[in-house]
This record gives sequence, structure tokens and C-alpha cells, in this order.
Amino acid sequence: MPSDATAAGTTAAGAAAVPEGEARSLVAGHVLEFPGGYTRTTGPVIGRFLTELRDGRIVGVRTAGGRTLVPPLEYDPDTGEAVTGEFAEVGPAGTVESWSWVSEPRPAHPLERPFAWALIRLDGADTALVHAVDAGDARAMRQGLRVRPRWKAARTGHITDIESFVPEVTRIVSPVRTEYRVRPGKALARFLDGVARGVFIGCRCGSCGKVYVPYRLSCPECGVAITEEVEVPDTGTITTFAINNLPDPRAPEVPFVSAYILLDGSDIPMIALVGGVPAHEVRQGMRVRAVWVPEEERTASMSNIKWFAPTGEPDAEL
Amino acid sequence: MRDVAVVAFAQTRHSATDEGLGESELILPVLDEVRDASGLRTFGFTCSGSCDYLAGAPFSFVSALDALGAWPPISESHVEMDAAWALYEAWVRLQHGDVDTALVYGFGKSSQGDLREIMTLQLDPYYLAPLGLDQVSYAALQASARGADRAELDEIVRRSRAAGRDNPCALDLPDPEGDGYEVQPLRPYDVAPMTDGAAAVVLAAGDLARELCERPAWITGIAHRIEPHYLGMRDLARSASAAEAARAAGVGKGHVDVAELHAQFSHEEVILREALELPASTAVNPSGGPLAANPVMATGLIRIGEAARRITDGTASRAVGHAASGPCLQHNLVTVMEA
Repeated sequence: MPSDATAAGTTAAGAAAVPEGEARSLVAGHVLEFPGGYTRTTGPVIGRFLTELRDGRIVGVRTAGGRTLVPPLEYDPDTGEAVTGEFAEVGPAGTVESWSWVSEPRPAHPLERPFAWALIRLDGADTALVHAVDAGDARAMRQGLRVRPRWKAARTGHITDIESFVPEVTRIVSPVRTEYRVRPGKALARFLDGVARGVFIGCRCGSCGKVYVPYRLSCPECGVAITEEVEVPDTGTITTFAINNLPDPRAPEVPFVSAYILLDGSDIPMIALVGGVPAHEVRQGMRVRAVWVPEEERTASMSNIKWFAPTGEPDAEL
Repeated sequence: MRDVAVVAFAQTRHSATDEGLGESELILPVLDEVRDASGLRTFGFTCSGSCDYLAGAPFSFVSALDALGAWPPISESHVEMDAAWALYEAWVRLQHGDVDTALVYGFGKSSQGDLREIMTLQLDPYYLAPLGLDQVSYAALQASARGADRAELDEIVRRSRAAGRDNPCALDLPDPEGDGYEVQPLRPYDVAPMTDGAAAVVLAAGDLARELCERPAWITGIAHRIEPHYLGMRDLARSASAAEAARAAGVGKGHVDVAELHAQFSHEEVILREALELPASTAVNPSGGPLAANPVMATGLIRIGEAARRITDGTASRAVGHAASGPCLQHNLVTVMEA
């Protein structure tokens, strides 16, 4: 350690005045610091590199053997010979050769958010530069990742003039949003009128005799207009179902079950949520009944049906 | 070459917390122990290894001389390195032939500061230190470059900590568990524990060694090699300098019964085993190694002492002590000892 080190901030705790027993547990704060920082000369090789950095360029130095050292050293680490005076601009892009991930940055670290340390082989260099990569998430890091420097606006000729490296652009996020006004159409409006009253309205095809719920104005099988309206009960049977583990704003929680429910008296199942039962107990053939929200909360909307819950009846044959 | 042997070794019961001892107070018991074991009160040469940055005070090693009794004046030297390099200097000094004994000691109280950041101060001041690259971060870069297998690392830590629990001088650490990262890919238990402690070794030459010790651990080879400092200038996946030091020390000239490796991170053991070409039949770090106790600046000397102890107590006939210095195993010292 240089002898001109300044020990600043030592707080002498009056040891002599303290009884012997307590003195054993004395602790004093102590700071080792060069106030204002220690001034170092750079020499011509490191000085050139730092000067170029200040101008927003990264250079390496050529060795007699033709290698390009980045960052430049005064001597070839392989041979011990002085390097040539030839400097070559490299990068600014480079490839990550090895990396580690800091999830809790320390005060002295270059970034305050989680980041990677990396050995980066800049394009045109034969050695790797150690620096930080601001990748956002460890999963974004990999060997071979292409990165570029993010420069500080105010540069002084210091390795931290590069704030960090950042991954090259390989994707963009495109915002997509347009707004519409949608009307339900006559058939759905009629069905929702029923839902508002707590009734499922369906229809029977005059040609094939199938009963459809929700109500519709034509038979998709026969292609003829339907005129006979029928009300079906709010009980039915689960024909198939799926357990969903991705959250959905229309479902109360995950996992939730969405199911095809064949309402009694209808021929085509309707899709709805199943609740009031653990997801793993839901099965094909299970008998269910709609759980309606209280009358005062009802609107002309499918949200009138909280979900379908088991009735407790024996399973139905499908 | 003059025959030189380790004839005495002692270490503190290392501590994971600051026990309130001054540095000379930490050293005195181990000096007394090796003085008693060797029967020597004075030595032809004395050399110590320590780091002033651990205490944050310039020339802090000078006050440690109080534990020596340096009057009348003694011939003394110091390295600002692990005391394994003090042992190397003492071995070289004994080769001169005019003195026959040497006392070597090392000590460190890393509990007084933040070792991860103190170790940043050893880095090159232009390219690395300004980044705030700390010790665990650069070790993690090496672990990543090596691509060490997680199960292999876990087993190294489990084995080291189990051995440490059987070693009264090492810390009592539980089997490794937990899947959090310190710095990915290193988990907290892959990092040597913060430790305070000291160690001392007595070297003696020729017939005097035989007089002082029933079964001296003869140093048949000792060599150190260093690589470029900057991490991007070397292949971090392997240690060329450890391999070259091992060849120069003659590690491969016979079977190695025991190897004590200065691996402060679990992946370093993987790299060092390969560099030293150690077979599966070599017992690695039976003391628990640095992963069970890491009194910085004494840890490397303890590796030589622990390896020598296996010769002295007759449980091994050929042993290797390894010490490392600098970031990512930059500098490696290998000592081969035989009965």
C-alpha cells in the first residue's frame, strides 16, 4: 500500500475512559480514502484508448504478431514485447463470450438495476473486454449475444464513458389498438334479453328439429330461417372442459375451468365457466346449473351468469 | 538444491466473526505453537504474508512484528500476498546456504471490511477497478466461462463443508442448500466463507530438519507461474499458470496422495484439479479447504501446512499444497512435499 494513503474518518472512542469489561466490545468506524481520488498517469497506450473513448470510439492496439488487443496494453501478454504504435478502431458491436448475472447490484457497480458482467469480444479485436451488459433479465443473456456500447452523454476519458453495453436490436414491440362500437345483432340481442331476465332463450330449426342455444335466426346446418323460439332450463351436462392456468379478466382466479355445457333440451353445447368445485374434480357428464348474479345486479350481459356449479345429481350418460 | 522441509505447522481455530483480537494477538498463539513444536526460539530468516487493505491501514504488518520478539534485530521480510509466497521466499533464502531455519506466517482479518470490494482494489486501475467489478462477480465470470456442472459444484461444497466440520480449525458450516444466486451462476455457498485467522510454518534445511522433526515434509518441488492480469486476455475456462507451475514443481512425477487446493470458489477446484492433472485417487482438501475456512492471506500457507501435516503424521507419503493469488486464479504456486 502506498505510504501516502490517508486514513480519514477514524473516530477514536475514548478507550481509556471506558471500564475494562465494556472496552472489549468497542468498535470504531474507519475509512480508507484518497479524498478527491488518486491521480494516475495513463502512459501513451492506455491514454490513447481513453482519449478515443471520450470521442465515442473504441480502439485496440496491434501487437508485432498482428493481434489486436482490446483494451490496449503496453506489452504483448504473449511475448512481453512492446506493442506497435498502430491503433485500430474496433466494434462498436461485439459478441458476449462469457457472462455472470448480478441480481442485487452493489453501490460500486455501474448500474443500479440487475445486470450482467460480460467478456465481450468486440468486432475486430482478438481479446475480450470486461464490461456490464444492461440486458434487463438474465434470460436475455447468452454466449454469442451481440451487444453494443451505450455511451454516456458527458464523457471524460474513462472506462465508464461506456455506461454499459446493451443487446443489439433483434425485435421491436408494435402497439396495436383500434376502437369499435359493436352491436349484438338481432338474435344475440334477443338472447341477452332473456339473460337479463334469468332465462336462456333458444330456438328450434323447423327443418332438422335441432334446438340451438343461444338463440339464432338461421340453422347453420340446414341454411333455413328459424322462427320457433324455445326457453330451455338453466341446468345441463358438461360434455368437455379445459383447465386454464393463464389469468383471464373474465375468470375469477386461476386455475379456472371453461366447459362445453349441453343445456337440458338443447342439442348444441354452450361454452361457460364452471365454478364452485375444485378444478380437478370437474368431469365429463357432470350435471351443472347456472349460478346467476343477484337480480338487482343483472344487465343484458353474459356476466349475469357467474358460472355453472355442480347440482350434485348423478353424472349423465353422454 | 538444498533439501528443505516443513518441520512444524500451526493455525488458529478460525473464526467467522471478529473476535476482537488485534493482529499481533491473533498471530502470537500460532507462533508459540510452532516455536514449541520445533524447539526453536530464533530463526535464520522470518517472512510473513498479509494485506494492509484488509485492515485499511498502511504498514499494518509492521505492528504484527510485536508477536515475534524482533530484538536483537532479526532478518525479516514481508510479502503483500498470501503467506504461501512468504514460504516461497523463505525457501529461496534457505537455498543460499548460510541459514538453516525460517519462520513463515500469515494472517488476515477480513471481518473488518467488505472483502468483495477490498479485492476490487487489487484490479488494474484503468480498465477493471473503475467498473466496481467485485470479487464474486469476476469469479462468477470464470465459473460461467468454465461452464462447470451444478451437481459437481454442489458435491465439492458438500464434501468440503463435511470435511471442515471434522476439522477443529475450520468453520462449522451446514450442507449446502438453496437455489438463489450470489452472482449467477455462483450460489452463496460456492463462495468461501468470511474468516479471520492466522497460520505459521517452520522450514528447516538438511540434517537440522531431521533433528527437529521425526518425519519432515521435504519440499521436492516448488514453483509459481503468473498469467496476464486482464481477464479478457486469458482463457478463463482453464488455468495455464497452475498447469505450468505444477509441471515445474514435478507434481506428475509420482502419485499424489493428498492435494490441498486454494479454491475460494467451488468451480476453481474443478479448474485446478484439471490443471494439476490430479487423479480421482488423490484426496482433495481433506481439511475442508478454503470453502470451509478462508483466513485470507493465510489460506494458501495453510494449504501447504495441511498437506505437510499429512506427511508429518504418516497418513501420506506424497502431498501437494497449492496457493493462488490475483483475480480468477491469475497466479499459482505449487509445492510438492514427500516423506
